[in-house]
Amino acid sequence: MSPQGQAMALKLDGAAGAAHVATVGRDVRETVGEIRVNDPRVRCTDVNVHYGDKHAIKNISLDVGKGEVLAMIGPSGCGKSTFLRCLNRMNDTVRECRVTGEILLDGEDINSRHIDVVPLRARVAMVFQKPNPFPKSIYENVAFGPRIHGLCESKADLDVVVESSLRKANLWDEVKDRLDDVGTGLSGGQQQRLCIARAIAIEPEVILMDEPCSALDPISTAKVEQLIEELRQQFSIVIVTHSMQQAARVSQRTAYFHMGDLIEVSETDRLFIKPRHQLTEDYITGRFG
Amino acid sequence: MTNPGKALPEGATSFARIQAGMAKRRAAERRFKMLGRIAVSVGLLFLSVLLISIVSKGYTAFWQTQMRIDVVLTADEIDPDGTRSAETLRKADYSSLIKQSMRDMFPEVSGRRDKFALYGLVSNGAAFDLRDKVMADPSLIGTKVSLWVPADDDVDMLMKGHIDRNAAEDDRRIKDNVLGWINQLEAEDRLELRFNIDFFTKGDSRDPELAGIRGALMGTIFTLIVTLSLSFPLGVAAAVYLEEFAPKNKWTDLIEVNINNLAAVPSIVFGLLGLAVFINVFGLPRSAPLLGGLVLTLMTLPTIIIASRAALKSVPPSIRDAALGIGASPMQATLYHVIPLALPGMLTGTIIGMAQALGETAPLLMIGMVAFIADVPQGVFDPSTALPVQIYLWADSPERAYVERTSAAIMVLLGFLALMNLVAVLLRKRFERRW
Repeated sequence: MSPQGQAMALKLDGAAGAAHVATVGRDVRETVGEIRVNDPRVRCTDVNVHYGDKHAIKNISLDVGKGEVLAMIGPSGCGKSTFLRCLNRMNDTVRECRVTGEILLDGEDINSRHIDVVPLRARVAMVFQKPNPFPKSIYENVAFGPRIHGLCESKADLDVVVESSLRKANLWDEVKDRLDDVGTGLSGGQQQRLCIARAIAIEPEVILMDEPCSALDPISTAKVEQLIEELRQQFSIVIVTHSMQQAARVSQRTAYFHMGDLIEVSETDRLFIKPRHQLTEDYITGRFG
Repeated sequence: MTNPGKALPEGATSFARIQAGMAKRRAAERRFKMLGRIAVSVGLLFLSVLLISIVSKGYTAFWQTQMRIDVVLTADEIDPDGTRSAETLRKADYSSLIKQSMRDMFPEVSGRRDKFALYGLVSNGAAFDLRDKVMADPSLIGTKVSLWVPADDDVDMLMKGHIDRNAAEDDRRIKDNVLGWINQLEAEDRLELRFNIDFFTKGDSRDPELAGIRGALMGTIFTLIVTLSLSFPLGVAAAVYLEEFAPKNKWTDLIEVNINNLAAVPSIVFGLLGLAVFINVFGLPRSAPLLGGLVLTLMTLPTIIIASRAALKSVPPSIRDAALGIGASPMQATLYHVIPLALPGMLTGTIIGMAQALGETAPLLMIGMVAFIADVPQGVFDPSTALPVQIYLWADSPERAYVERTSAAIMVLLGFLALMNLVAVLLRKRFERRW
């Protein structure tokens, strides 16, 4: 990184509305809009991701506020999922993937080598694109997290946590009579809500959702979106989505990614109505993507 | 592609072209299916030829000719001092009693050579049977008892039709005078084919009529227990580490290549290794199932590791992600989710490895499990042999009666294999889950 870029990044800390200069190699792209919020849960500064020789994420700085839903949109391969996976170090599991930069969770740098990823992932849980319940009972799916983290003293406690998690995920009424059935036997939408229940059972601070509705039908999607809205009261949520309508429906802020660059971050309403960057406008008006 | 439907006129529709090609495609389809059917039929044919030949040769070994003899248990001969002590009873000369009873049955036989032939009608094991009977009930001494004892293997072969009565005397193992005695015994109902319990309860013997499979079977069971209890945990642990935890670098690549190579090493080399390392360096007891188990463990490990790694690879990564994504440590994700899903595949690999170990002869030859061992082993430290080695030994023996025993031993081996596979299938069914 050039000294100039670093200086800019530091100066811009907390300055809402100011432009952020991303300096990477030959092409320099500016992030327009409000990358910072006043009360951040997660604060990323100059995050770069390399897959071997490929520079997948270029100098991205971005905040996730408390109690907000941040949507990340952009064409395929733009790096939004990669960036999402930085937030709970899931990229550690990918060979040849190198993440640099500073990612603060409540002021603590989680991208440091000294951070233990196990408790981190308990604070920043993840829901994946394809519903991936464990091939075990519905109860076991939800109970797994609390059990491995030792959150429940007794079976009765665990029962309470399982029930409340399933209730929060709007799944309780559908599965309460068959908690012993195998989780993979549910419908796609139910499976995804089960995965969300599994994530919220460990009471994380942030929930990362990587295109959670891409494999779901419209009715299930609506249920998951409603759920996201409810969960916002308690958790910060970062959601990657291919659907701009979905981003508009569920999020407060939206970030537009393009070829590894963060192009624009704005209030969701503003980004869709009055995009400030030409690339954003091209994308949301469907000129490419 | 220029013009696949050449015969068709210019401007023919695609549908017409497809129609024109259909007959050829259907024929190809049929040929392909037929090929598969032929392959399966040939396989089944060979299998049934194998099984039929083994069973038809071997089933007679499950019956054994027994001879009824009447023995006078003279007190003077067995226990002249009248102490009835176990020591005296054990040391008594029972074979002379049996010889006496044979002479009583055929008083006309005279001459050293003929008498010798006459005594040969009864198995050497008869004396032991008689001894056991007397020791169990000493009050029999002084009486005349009638008991069934194994007949000699030549008599047995004649009774089973393996020796041709009508052949010229010079071409026959049993001479005319002996044949006459046998006919007489048959006429007196003193010869009978009975179920061969000894075959399943006794160890090996120099006399075919006394040889049993028990020793080899127990040896095999002990060997396989050692093999399984070492190779399964070691193999699975190695596979899990290499697949889930080990960094991917040139060292792990080297290890992988070596494991794959080990799987292809001829088994006798493992035997040599066992001889050099386990016997010469560590001084383990020769011929013991423990040693055989160790050597076979080395041999089956690569198979189990490779199969287990394949099973682990086939677990969808989404399961690992799911567990890691909510903060499971890599070990928890592996232990609770990945291994249970991979277990059926691991069991399949293990059973393949165990079946291989079950049928292995060459490495056991190198570590002394080929020795003649008449006692049934009681544990993993006792000298013993194994089923395939027993088959090899019997197949190598000149007596005609060992031919049927060889086939019978093969049947026992195959039965054992089927049993093992059945257990594996049941286990796999139990662990199999959908995802």
